[in-house]
Amino acid sequence: MSTTQAPPEPAPAAPAPQPAGPPRRPYLQQVLDSTTATVVTAVFLALLLAAVLVVAADPASQRAAVYLFARPSDFVGAAWNAVFETYSALFRGAVFDYQAVGARRVRPITETMVASVPLMLAGLGLGIGFRSGLFNIGAQGQVLMGAAAGAWVGVALDLPIVLHPVLACVAAVLVGGLWAGIAGFLKARTGASEVIVTIMLNSVALYFVGYLLTTSVLRQPGSTRPISAPVADTAMMPQLLGPQFRLHLGFVVALLAAVAVWWLMERSTLGFRFRAVGANQDAARTAGIKVPTVYVLVMLVAGGLAGLGGAMQILGTDRTFQGSSAGSIGFDAITVALLGRSRPLGTVLAALLFGALRAGSPLMQTSAGTPIDLVLVIQAVIVLLIAAPPLVRELSLVHRLSALLGYDRKEATA
Amino acid sequence: MSTTHTPVAPAPAAPEHLSTPVQAPVRWRGPLTSVALGVFSLVAFGLATPGSYETTFTLATRGDLFQIAPVTVPSRVSAVLLSLVVLAAAAVQVQRARARRRVPVWTHVVVGAAVFLALLVWVMAGREAAMPFTLLLTNALVLAVPLVLGALAGLLCERSGIINIAIEGQLLAGAFLAVVVASTTGNPYAGLLAAPFAGALVGLGLGLFAIRYRVDQIIVGVVLNVLVIGLTNYLFSTVLTNNPQQLNSPPRLPNLPVPLLADIPVLGPVLFDHPLTVYLMYVGVAVLQIMVFRSRWGLRMRAAGEHPKAADTVGINVNRTRLRSTVLGSAVAGLGGAALVSAGLAFTKELTSGKGYIALAAMILGRWSPTGALAASLFFGLADALRRVLNNTGSPIPSELLAMLPYLATIFAVAGLVGRVRPPAAEGVPYPK
Amino acid sequence: MRLELRGITKRFGPLVANDGIDLTFEPGEIHALLGENGAGKSTLMNVLYGLYQPDAGQVVVDGAPRVFAGPGDAMSAGIGMVHQHFMLVPVFTVAENVVLGHEPTRRGGLIDLGEARRKVREISDRFGFHVDPDARVEDLPVGVQQRVEIIKALSRDAEVLILDEPTAVLTPQETDELIGIMRQLKDAGTSIVFITHKLREVRAVADRISVIRRGKVVGTADPSASEVELASLMVGRSVSLAVDKAPATPGDPTFQVRNLTVLDATAAPVVDDVSFDVHRGEILAIAGVQGNGQTELTETILGLRAPTAGTLTLDGTELGGRTVSEVLRAGVGFVPEDRSTDGLVSSFSIAENLVLDLYDTEPYARRGSMSPTTVAQNAERRVAEFDIRVTSTTDPVSTLSGGNQQKVVLAREMSRPLRLLVASQPTRGLDVGSIEFVHKRIVAERDNGTPVVIVSTELDEVLALADRIAVMYRGAVIGVVEGGGAADRDVLGLMMAGIPLEQARAQAAEHRTALATLDAEIEAEPAPADPVAATDPQDAATTHEEDQA
Repeated sequence: MSTTQAPPEPAPAAPAPQPAGPPRRPYLQQVLDSTTATVVTAVFLALLLAAVLVVAADPASQRAAVYLFARPSDFVGAAWNAVFETYSALFRGAVFDYQAVGARRVRPITETMVASVPLMLAGLGLGIGFRSGLFNIGAQGQVLMGAAAGAWVGVALDLPIVLHPVLACVAAVLVGGLWAGIAGFLKARTGASEVIVTIMLNSVALYFVGYLLTTSVLRQPGSTRPISAPVADTAMMPQLLGPQFRLHLGFVVALLAAVAVWWLMERSTLGFRFRAVGANQDAARTAGIKVPTVYVLVMLVAGGLAGLGGAMQILGTDRTFQGSSAGSIGFDAITVALLGRSRPLGTVLAALLFGALRAGSPLMQTSAGTPIDLVLVIQAVIVLLIAAPPLVRELSLVHRLSALLGYDRKEATA
Repeated sequence: MSTTHTPVAPAPAAPEHLSTPVQAPVRWRGPLTSVALGVFSLVAFGLATPGSYETTFTLATRGDLFQIAPVTVPSRVSAVLLSLVVLAAAAVQVQRARARRRVPVWTHVVVGAAVFLALLVWVMAGREAAMPFTLLLTNALVLAVPLVLGALAGLLCERSGIINIAIEGQLLAGAFLAVVVASTTGNPYAGLLAAPFAGALVGLGLGLFAIRYRVDQIIVGVVLNVLVIGLTNYLFSTVLTNNPQQLNSPPRLPNLPVPLLADIPVLGPVLFDHPLTVYLMYVGVAVLQIMVFRSRWGLRMRAAGEHPKAADTVGINVNRTRLRSTVLGSAVAGLGGAALVSAGLAFTKELTSGKGYIALAAMILGRWSPTGALAASLFFGLADALRRVLNNTGSPIPSELLAMLPYLATIFAVAGLVGRVRPPAAEGVPYPK
Repeated sequence: MRLELRGITKRFGPLVANDGIDLTFEPGEIHALLGENGAGKSTLMNVLYGLYQPDAGQVVVDGAPRVFAGPGDAMSAGIGMVHQHFMLVPVFTVAENVVLGHEPTRRGGLIDLGEARRKVREISDRFGFHVDPDARVEDLPVGVQQRVEIIKALSRDAEVLILDEPTAVLTPQETDELIGIMRQLKDAGTSIVFITHKLREVRAVADRISVIRRGKVVGTADPSASEVELASLMVGRSVSLAVDKAPATPGDPTFQVRNLTVLDATAAPVVDDVSFDVHRGEILAIAGVQGNGQTELTETILGLRAPTAGTLTLDGTELGGRTVSEVLRAGVGFVPEDRSTDGLVSSFSIAENLVLDLYDTEPYARRGSMSPTTVAQNAERRVAEFDIRVTSTTDPVSTLSGGNQQKVVLAREMSRPLRLLVASQPTRGLDVGSIEFVHKRIVAERDNGTPVVIVSTELDEVLALADRIAVMYRGAVIGVVEGGGAADRDVLGLMMAGIPLEQARAQAAEHRTALATLDAEIEAEPAPADPVAATDPQDAATTHEEDQA
């Protein structure tokens, strides 16, 4: 009987030949290739596409479209009205409400900041994962578990001010981290794909907190609805600008977290390990880095940040916890991290952008009658476009212009 | 750069200095799992049940030609007997495994079926309500159809090398279009016909970004899901809500009982009295099982997913093969969306509620094969059907736990606790050309 | 079939991989394409096989110009290719692999497996290949996989067969068999294009030799040309084929391996009861065909694998069971066999790669915080010391040529005091200039008194560097012989095939292989004029190796 033979691996797919040095490109192309230009173009194109949807769903525009060729001006006018109303409402809800008076005029921008807090925290965590080569699709579950843990500490424990929110946050970080850590541990021990495990854990978390909400652990005593009691006053995050605004300390925490993540990834030896594993785990292993440990640590940190984001949603704004508390924060955070290119500054800016969309959408719905779901479309299109810079270039007007001027597109895409 | 990495298997001659031949290790995991299941079932479902309890099963359904009377059995004795059957089958497995022989498939089937029956006996022990056995199986099959079609979609894409996380979006798009077309035309078959196009459109997006722009396939999948959810939610809130009579009240897909076969007691209603979607699922599994593994098309598709460069060097256009498989697979998922609303359901926001991810799980548990996907989907369908029955009758098992079951099973599967799963080698790797 | 290449030019960005190449392949002839790694041979063959489109020039078949849009066109024109990395789907059977792309089918598009098997058996029997059509390819040894590749090409009625570096993974005896097969094919009228950088093989089998350097055909030669002539044609200057090194002055045996056994995941022994010593100031080369436990042995030394039994002692300290970072801290320098996979993080900067396994030690980091300034200063120093050609040390390491990348690995591993240097395939894929540099540094490390272990599957390299040679076969050390002039190529070859030393000596005396016969001829030749030492490091440093793709 012959001994078992090592199966020959297929030869790795040969990389396409790369030119040795960076090829010299025309100035215009360099601008186009820059991340900022791609992002700006992508945002613009997404808003354009959303505008088409708005017009398509607008009854006045639909009516005018029937006699489009007889009186095109009617259609253009109706379409313009629909789009303008939608986007102006979005702007008024997210940045500056010029129709309001006094302090209420600047309230929208603080609402944007509030909405960005969980996105920022969860997005920072996901970014660490992406840069460490871990596709954590499970922020949704981690946010939910963190929110549940924070809510439980906030409701069940009787603690003094300061200590109470701190402890609630610590609990959220731990629970979120451990929840993500399951995926990290399984990947480290058995090689299980973290993509699949985190996707599955999202659903498990949903049913798990659903179950807890039917028990006395989380459900408000005396209630039959699956919803927790409101968090104690002592546990709430302090307001930053007084009771007129909802802006809370969590925003500062999120910004500090971004700085900490920057230091972790760029300056610490731990971050060096994370990045090395993300870029080439074989070389990292050969250099003495324990790759399984890194998997677990990355997931703990990422899940901790996502869990903290979940707690902020409860302790900063919602006060009560229910199965829908996480909303779509976890999935939105994926788009935030992708749009932010997994870098802390980018993630902060992306979180503010998507926070603005979230903050502005209720007014858009009530004032312009455009459903908030439009925001999801805008978000998805932005991320799809920035993930494929060549597509943005092909779609953008500047590109067409550059083609007219005789610049070779192949050069830039090669 | 040169990545010279061709591990070489040693020459076949046996080395002289190895005195004892190396034997393959005994695979204990499967048999031991069966033994554990048997013991658990014996203790939890059998011995723990009070001896006076009885369990009633109803076998008849309303439309049956011959009405079968409900069957009542003593709970404890039945559960113990069933557990002993499990242990007997497990003993066969242990004996085969020790002899390093293949464990026969029928023993797994016996273990699964007997444990399941013992569970049913226990769940309804000492209760007024009867376990609607035939209805349970029928519902399980119907609930499994979208999962099977979604899993088939996943495996068509992944066998060709494209990871399809967007099954959820494809189901949702298919369901949306099926509802709208069926409502406007008043013909459910028109909806069934239209749904694959919606799925294929999502698949085209996946293919375009994954193949042409080489965007990470997992990212594209996740984002496409968000996009489809956003679009269908938006259209639901605007167009469909403005005109629900015309756009969102689809007729039901009629049942087409197979002559004679549908009249068999129990089996007839479970297998042969269904709408067209169920029969399409039967055909889809059978045809794909043959085509994927034994046809020229399947061989080329799998070559693209396992070793694209090898496929390229024999003149197979890898990226075209991948795009076609992706679009075809996504169309199948679109059909799954239509199956989801075949009972004449109106469209609602996020109607699929994670079924696409369960389909993904079924594909993994089924090890990327059509019959495996069918088996895994039926298991998930059964868990779902049982959950619904128990929701009505009340049960000792929290319904959330049953709902978690598919996800937990998948985590165990990918962690290698129920055997090794091996995805196509070049899955997720773009082929630059 | 007469195949001509006329003025083939292929560019990748600014790099000209093929520059106006003209070649003619006559029917029934073995035509060797000789060239260094990176000379452009593989690019040329990929053009010929339709995988790349040429920027200029024509492929002419029997006088008619043809355009190959893909490999399918090339195959239907009668061109077959056996790639360096086999193009076989591991989970398919032999028959499935052979018919892939031109499957015989029955009704409904189902594959006619009977016909496929018949085809495999027919060709297999004709050439005595003994290949089972129903075996799964991943279960077959490499030599057999290569035959499957040849069957695949022949089943498509190839009249021209391209063999790309076919001997890289074979033992000398298997190489001999392959040479037999090539002659058989030639007699049956197939023309063979034989791509290699190994001079001996070319002289043993080729009817005609074309030498490619820097993307151009720089000359043609007769098989009777001497090795030194061919080498200088290939490299573009006179080369010394021998490594310039003084006899070893071995000290104490400071690195000792005793009864080391390592099991793989399936509990099969991959390193089997291995014992050896390495003395200070000595190079021990581990020879053997790839996949006979050398990789696992070095991984165990480094701590990537845990030994199942046995000990590894360095200066009296046990290394077995330690973590990789502990082993590195104990003074082991490690050059992995695949630098792009295991040695470098290609997206990291040159500076970061130069501290890849030192990042958390003083002075590069203190209490978990890294010092970018120290890392940068270190990089400047190493780059100067090892003559690494860089634009900036903050560039990604992937912008460097293969030779310079290997220098980065060496610079990193030799930048701290070593008690043991382990280098696997230290010159794989490098051009001659870089090979000379790497060999020189390794010998210098030996002369510093460091014990050195070299793992190489290139017999030439083993013979050039080793003071002693241990041959591994199926995980075991089958014998240890003295290096230098005392080593016999045939004896080593037989040992690499698992024949114990004494038997190997007896057999080698009886039956010389084609290559060893050449060796004997070379010794009989008058010594060439004193070869001029390398004078043009600039050339070597700027050579690219793009055609490895």
